[in-house]
Amino acid sequence: MILVVLALVIWVSMWVLNTRLANGPSANTRAIGLVVPAIFGFTILAVWELLVRGLNVPLVILPAPSHVLSTFFSEIPTLWLDLQQTFIKGALSGYIIGCGAAFVMAILVDRYGFLKRGLLPVGNFAAALPIVGTAPILVMWFGFDWQSKAAVVVVMVFFPMLVNTVAGLQETTSMQRDLMRTYGAGYWPSLTKLRLPAAMPFIFNGLKISTTLALIGAIVAEFFGSPTMGMGFRISTSVGQLALDMVWAEIVVAALAGSAFYGVVAMAEKSLTYWHPSQRK
Amino acid sequence: MRNAGPILAVVAAIFAIWYAAVPFMNVKETLTDLERAGAVVVPDTPIERRDASSIGLVLSNSFAIPATYAQARPRLPAPHQVAQDLWKTTVQKNITSKRSLIYHGWITLSATLLGFALGTGAGILLAVGIVHSRAMDMSVMPWAIVSQTIPIIALAPMIVVVLYSVGLQGLLPKAVISAYLSFFPVVVGMVKGLRSPDQMQMDLLKTYHANNAQGFWKLRLPSSTPYLFASLKIGVAAAMVGAIVAELPVQGGGLGNRMLTGSYYGQMVQIWSALVLAAALAASLVLLIGLAQRLALKRMGLT
Repeated sequence: MILVVLALVIWVSMWVLNTRLANGPSANTRAIGLVVPAIFGFTILAVWELLVRGLNVPLVILPAPSHVLSTFFSEIPTLWLDLQQTFIKGALSGYIIGCGAAFVMAILVDRYGFLKRGLLPVGNFAAALPIVGTAPILVMWFGFDWQSKAAVVVVMVFFPMLVNTVAGLQETTSMQRDLMRTYGAGYWPSLTKLRLPAAMPFIFNGLKISTTLALIGAIVAEFFGSPTMGMGFRISTSVGQLALDMVWAEIVVAALAGSAFYGVVAMAEKSLTYWHPSQRK
Repeated sequence: MRNAGPILAVVAAIFAIWYAAVPFMNVKETLTDLERAGAVVVPDTPIERRDASSIGLVLSNSFAIPATYAQARPRLPAPHQVAQDLWKTTVQKNITSKRSLIYHGWITLSATLLGFALGTGAGILLAVGIVHSRAMDMSVMPWAIVSQTIPIIALAPMIVVVLYSVGLQGLLPKAVISAYLSFFPVVVGMVKGLRSPDQMQMDLLKTYHANNAQGFWKLRLPSSTPYLFASLKIGVAAAMVGAIVAELPVQGGGLGNRMLTGSYYGQMVQIWSALVLAAALAASLVLLIGLAQRLALKRMGLT
């Protein structure tokens, strides 16, 4: 009971602290912008820990964060194997193939008006479909190993990437295109020197959306069959064994991998599109 | 309508590729069946055929091509086989029967809609809170954005099992996952929308001596409508995916369950027809929201 009361006290005091910080004089500084969400995240974890301990919540419903953390550290070899299987072999290879194919396709679509009018509506339509549903089919075609996961990822990232890249290639104004023409630039020089750089923010938007989709695809595809490792495999078997601490540890890995993946793409964007207005401070 | 021709051409090309791929995908199983039935196939042992390329097999056994379109359990069903299965499982079955795809589709659709309603409601409420409380904005918003880079769907099997162990089963666990997936797009979109009125408009309301509540109902909420509809479209598609994935670990039926049993028993046609129905449902939900968007924005004079 004391722990529950303590949880409430922490919640209220952190809330007061955050309100003070957010409405205080230095609220717009970068430091406060980092400290406030950090305090909030810490509060959630502390309240979770105290409530689980105070109310004696059984492990099969919710493990305490400290429990998850200790499982995470003691199971690092397993988790690392799973990460390699799902993220590096499945998600990353599929991401590269899918985004690459979509990029080439987008250039073709942009070049030929017929494809643009025909394929783009189909692509827009396909981007809203539950493409995850193709996972059982692709698992059956490509076997249980990472190839089928990569195939699911390819299908999942293809259409969002295609739609974004095509939208980006239409970004240039007619003034800019006319300027290129007065320089005597043909299709290829104006593509590489004007239109692709102008499309960069859109391309990176597609790449960023695809990072999350790639992980989702690789994990869900493992629910339909996988070798005896991989994040999706571990999650579904650990749920079956009611080992929820392992499930949460796997989710921590997924969260870390997902945000790191996104972060790397976002950093690449920053260094390649530093000239774009959206990057100006 | 200028686009109708190219769209039809692309769709026709997709079907043509599909039909062309069927013999190559199905040739090995078909040849095994034909050999058992007494036909002479080249090469004549299954082991040699296993290592042979499917292109070579189709070319050297061209008499088998019609049979590849009529396999009972094909690796790649032809479009007409999927259409037949859809017709059989939707129109010719009683809708209360467990073999009816409409029965399973309804299970998925109801979980999707309930989850979508819950997620959208909670998302709008949180967005309102974020817009009005600076502390909430600074504490919650970074996490809401970070959480979009996390494969949340990995939580689905766990949520189902945990809710089951506290006594909740059936529609609600699936709806919770759908809600969870449709929640974040709505929060992010609505925060953007509620902040979209510019300083001029806010100042105008201030000169009218409008208070916070009036500013919310008369300016912020109406001007957030386009953003709301945009995020509803993303949200409903995500909710559908959530419902399908949530049906994988439970045995209560639904399109996700049809896909999983199909993959257990090698019934590709069943997976394909569940997939087609899921796609049709998702597409019609998105279209419905698009229609509502057009009507609402037209009445508000925003288009």
